[in-house]
Amino acid sequence: MDFAFSEEQQMLRASARDWLADRYPLDRVAAISDGDLGYDPDAWAELTKLGWLDESLELTDLAVLCEEAGYGLLPAPFVTTVALAAPAVGSAERPASVVHDGLAPDGAAVELLVAGARVVEASACTITAVDSVDRLRRYARVELPEADAGESVTSTPDAQLRAGALLACEAVGVTQRALDLTVAYVKQREQFGRVIGSYQAIAHRVSDVYVQLELARSLAYWAAWSVEAGDPQAEVAVAAARSAAGEAALFGCEAAIQSHGGIGFTWEHPLHRFYKRAQWISSWSGSATSQRAQIATALFGD
Amino acid sequence: MDFRDTPDEAEFRAGLRAWLVEALPPGWQQQPPHVGRWDEDTARTWARKLYDAGYSGITWPKEYGGQGQPYTYQGIFLEETARVGAPDHIGVIGLGMAGPTITAWGSQEQKQRYLANILSGEEIWCQGFSEPGSGSDLAGARTSAVLDGDEWVVNGQKVWSSYAHIADWCILVVRTDPAAAKHAGLSYLLVDMKSPGVEVRPLRQITGDPEFNEIWFTDVRVPRESMLGQPGDGWKVAMTTLLHERGTLGFALTAALERAVNRLITTAKETGADSDPVQRDRIARHWVELQALRYTNYRSLTTLVKTGVPGPEGSVAKLHWSESNQRLTKLAQELLGERAMLSGAGGYWDGYWAYQQLRSRGNTIEAGTSEILRGIVAERVLGLPKSR
Ligand SMILES: Cc1cc2nc3c(=O)[nH]c(=O)nc-3n(C[C@H](O)[C@H](O)[C@H](O)COP(=O)(O)OP(=O)(O)OC[C@H]3O[C@@H](n4cnc5c(N)ncnc54)[C@H](O)[C@@H]3O)c2cc1C
Repeated sequence: MDFAFSEEQQMLRASARDWLADRYPLDRVAAISDGDLGYDPDAWAELTKLGWLDESLELTDLAVLCEEAGYGLLPAPFVTTVALAAPAVGSAERPASVVHDGLAPDGAAVELLVAGARVVEASACTITAVDSVDRLRRYARVELPEADAGESVTSTPDAQLRAGALLACEAVGVTQRALDLTVAYVKQREQFGRVIGSYQAIAHRVSDVYVQLELARSLAYWAAWSVEAGDPQAEVAVAAARSAAGEAALFGCEAAIQSHGGIGFTWEHPLHRFYKRAQWISSWSGSATSQRAQIATALFGD
Repeated sequence: MDFRDTPDEAEFRAGLRAWLVEALPPGWQQQPPHVGRWDEDTARTWARKLYDAGYSGITWPKEYGGQGQPYTYQGIFLEETARVGAPDHIGVIGLGMAGPTITAWGSQEQKQRYLANILSGEEIWCQGFSEPGSGSDLAGARTSAVLDGDEWVVNGQKVWSSYAHIADWCILVVRTDPAAAKHAGLSYLLVDMKSPGVEVRPLRQITGDPEFNEIWFTDVRVPRESMLGQPGDGWKVAMTTLLHERGTLGFALTAALERAVNRLITTAKETGADSDPVQRDRIARHWVELQALRYTNYRSLTTLVKTGVPGPEGSVAKLHWSESNQRLTKLAQELLGERAMLSGAGGYWDGYWAYQQLRSRGNTIEAGTSEILRGIVAERVLGLPKSR
């Protein structure tokens, strides 16, 4: 039994964290989020150069990158590509997303779209941006040119599992950032002559976020490993990870907003973008409750 | 990253499984779960069996009766014994607290004298930390020890001491220097519970069982060399006792929770709650919480094996387990409805769930209250300023 990332994976994490902090400080992320596109069109070439889209990356490597992408709110369709679309497309070389009920997250930011069992060039579709809560992962309405457009693909059976595991990792990154922002703030903000982090009502809630985060992190890594290794528990591991990591991210962001007071409720402060990402992750393809329903089926049958 | 057993681990697991089938009475797993603590005889006999088979002190040094195996083996042992609901070793305090502290701080003679007897269950230990005036604030302890010739003379009162009524020895925090600052005046003694002047009075818990006790010390004479560390080291030694939890306690807690989740699932099936979507959701949540605890322990343990220090995430185990266990037992009671209110032979599983729910209320108090543990996470892990 060995539950640790390899040295290479730890280096990958450190370099991803540094690159994101350097290339996309939170004020730049805010500007992109408030801009017309909601993503940085130059990012893809850089991600390619960094090796984030290499075919050689294992799922646990991508787990590290998706977590860091969540931590930094990487303004590019990276997670949608590697987590949602790549298993059907067969590679992550070009930015891609998936269409559900005519809607695709990052739909206007990608070149390829997976619709059912087909992969279509985005340029062949009619794509209309739609107002979205998470302005760094905006939805677009997608009209396919005709029913049999594009290439037909057979998605690998573990596509849903890969997606679930990687989104859980992204959620862990979001929660970690919400926690870090909160810890930094409550250590310096003073009220009634004391820093607010010395009040237990604040400190204990922050501790609760840490607990939920660490539990979700364990599940998310377990899920990524189980899918990579083809473990028989992969399905329940992913359901557990998605339900716990989604809820932890929501709780972590909510606690962060509360601990910041008024400033946490402003558009200006970065917290709301993490919160909206947490909401997006939780909403995608089945709620935490529906994940647990899957687990209940595994425990009890239908 | 690889969660599978190594070939050596797999062999150890297989050997243990086979041994458990032999060692437990026939039909063991078909019986309803045991209510309350194990009686002394069962627990002692079981401890001896474990010891003779080499399953006691798996990670302890060989020269003191242990097996010198890696921590992962201890994890496997706890998983497998939980799976079959095996009884607990009687020496919980000795194994989890006194032993590791003696290993860390004791002299060669002390290790020789005490450790093997803990493993075999021959000698039982209790913990004398809490006092009527100081529980969470352990450093406020007032029980005194004064040197007289070659002996410490101990006077004072300890309270809530589990197992004291059957214990042979006590790890005791005493004040040896009343003039020194609060923490610096403490020392750590190993006290023979059969010494003249030691009086134990059982206290009845909300479960009805007398499991913990008051201990009164009146001019109890303790040999000078029965101290761990030097006079004034008591706080540091006591921290070793308390922090040892971070090692493999998480595995014991996971094992206990796994047993509870499995029993909850059985109860759900027997009461028909397994077809109610609301209850299915709540039970699935407990299953998720169990896996989260399990894999967090694995993570902490991997850090411990690689660096010698458990990862900070280990600090969440007891906090999470205690609250999860309270919710779980309450849910089980709810599934039973009014039937949950019958104890003894008339009740479901002899009133097992009612007992478990009542006992679980102590989980967030013993070994550091949840409030104290949240403070530790905030201050030591996250670096927030002290609240006091
Ligand atoms: C089942 C059981 C077994 C036990 N076994 C043993 C044993 O074997 N040996 C032993 O020495 N002790 C034992 N204890 C005692 C246990 O360690 C103490 O009960 C515990 O440390 C709390 O101390 P207290 O009871 O004095 O409560 P207090 O410390 O008075 O706490 C009362 C309440 O105040 C809260 N509180 C206290 N300080 C703070 C603070 N700074 N911030 C916020 N809240 C605070 C607590 O969290 C709690 O909710 C056992 C207790 C139980 C329930």
